[in-house]
Amino acid sequence: MKAGTKYSIIPLFRHTIYYEMVTKMEEKANRRRERRHDFLLSLCFLSPSFLGVAVFFIVPFGVVVYYSLIDGVGSQNFVLFDNFIRLFQNSAFRMASRNTLHFSVIAVPLAVILAIVLALLLEARIPLKSQFRTFFLSPMMVPVASVVLIWQVLFNYNGTVNEFLTLFGADKIDWFQSDYCQIVVMLLFLWKNLGYNMILFMAALSNIPKELLEVADVEGASEWYKFFAIKLRYLSPTVLFVTILSLINSFKVFREVYLLTGDYPYEKLYMLQHFMNNTFKSLDYQKLSAAAVVMALVMVVLIALLFRAEDRFGKDVEG
Amino acid sequence: MRKKRYFSRGVMFLLCAVFAVMFLLPTVLTITNSFMSEAEIKSNYGMIFSTTTGGYVSKTVNLKFIPDKVTLSQYVTGLIKSPEYLIKFWNSVFLVVPIVLFQVAVACVAAYSFTRWRSKVRSGIFFFYVILMLMPYQVTLVPNYLVSDWLGLLNTRWAIILPGIFAPFSVFLLTKFMRRIPYSLIEAAKVDGAGEWEIFTQICLPQCRSAIYSIAILVFIDYWNMVEQPLILLQDADAQPLSVFLSQINAGEIGLAFAMATVYMVPSLLIFLHGEEYLVEGIANSGSVKG
Repeated sequence: MKAGTKYSIIPLFRHTIYYEMVTKMEEKANRRRERRHDFLLSLCFLSPSFLGVAVFFIVPFGVVVYYSLIDGVGSQNFVLFDNFIRLFQNSAFRMASRNTLHFSVIAVPLAVILAIVLALLLEARIPLKSQFRTFFLSPMMVPVASVVLIWQVLFNYNGTVNEFLTLFGADKIDWFQSDYCQIVVMLLFLWKNLGYNMILFMAALSNIPKELLEVADVEGASEWYKFFAIKLRYLSPTVLFVTILSLINSFKVFREVYLLTGDYPYEKLYMLQHFMNNTFKSLDYQKLSAAAVVMALVMVVLIALLFRAEDRFGKDVEG
Repeated sequence: MRKKRYFSRGVMFLLCAVFAVMFLLPTVLTITNSFMSEAEIKSNYGMIFSTTTGGYVSKTVNLKFIPDKVTLSQYVTGLIKSPEYLIKFWNSVFLVVPIVLFQVAVACVAAYSFTRWRSKVRSGIFFFYVILMLMPYQVTLVPNYLVSDWLGLLNTRWAIILPGIFAPFSVFLLTKFMRRIPYSLIEAAKVDGAGEWEIFTQICLPQCRSAIYSIAILVFIDYWNMVEQPLILLQDADAQPLSVFLSQINAGEIGLAFAMATVYMVPSLLIFLHGEEYLVEGIANSGSVKG
């Protein structure tokens, strides 16, 4: 029985393979079942939010993209980039985006840097620390209306700041009707947002391992070195976070600008938000949708860049 | 050496004090000016808002902290004589309280989903949320308007409440916080036979209580001061919140505006003083953007 040897080996061989296959398949099926189970569970938890977001943000945004591609509400004529070309040829849009860019490029980094400075100041051992913290946060509570009133009192042509300037012999400045107007708005923005940014940085500072700083002290490192070599590295994820928050808030400052100066302010203050508001009022949905799409695209690129940056700088310190 | 340290500390203290005064100034001004009579306000700021006639109007603007004579007359006109302010105050409450409660509730559940299960698809969705969160209001304005028009919500409270509930901001913040909860805690609960809902309510939620409070405070402050949304979505003046009304107060009623702003500040002040510790604590663990 020569086949007998074969007979005795192959089934054994087969059996192990078969067995392995079965267990593997079973495992796979199990895993798949588990995954499906997990998927369904995660769906259950996510769906309330996701459905709402879909209905109120995603679907309508799709419609906006659609509007930006056709030549009139109700028409089905695709004109592709015509609306966008029209938009970029619009001088108001160009001016508005230039001003918005100008404002954000200056105000956002300032909001980050000054907040770090404040956080470092409050980190030092000074009296009344927690009171200071509360004071710095207080602008968050003040209603927009009284912010606007007070800013008018301060920066009116005959207002308090100019009064103060004339005390020192300087000329009065027409704050809202000159190139200084962006400074006024930046002050408002910083005043409103520095406190919260500062809190974020304070939290990050308190998360730095104490041993590192102690070692640096023992080694005789200067305060500057400690800041740039240790603290800033640990702050870098927060820097990006605060940058993004400040960016959001820099768009929100429009509310105050609008209430201070109305639909058509001094040229330098005419922001993208003014443009959109005015286009909305004039019911030019095509132009408005195109502007919204452009703004959204810019934001996506910006955020992707910031995420990239975080990947590069934030990795080595995050747990 | 020690002397030098005291000196630098003194400089820091002074710097902080100067900053603090600047930051506190508008708050203090709002409160003190609300106790001035209309005539005094007019003589102080008449210059700026000089559309009204009659009475003494000064040539320059006087920024004054302490009223000549403390009166409650503004409060009397605002709160007792004309009930419209109180009605608008309640409008604000009815708009903001549901938004805060439901936004945080929806966000908790969604954040748990983002924390507990991760995959390519879900992190894609999360990135999408981040982008939506960052869209300036002017971009979401049109979509918002369209949707509330289709659903027939325009000019009802729901046009503001519903999009508010689903705003992705708190989902983002809460997810960042929940991801800091040690996985071993969840694992241990699972071994002990807890279901997902139990893990969520018994472990996750208690762990991020301070984060939930801090997010609720932020959302409250954001919506308490909203102006744009009601202006566009809720054009019925009787239903608009006080924040809109305050921002439209006309030149003759500056004193009244200060008084009503002070009244309007009270809820945020209370919530703030009560929850400041949570605000600080809640952030302490959130950290970076991605997680």
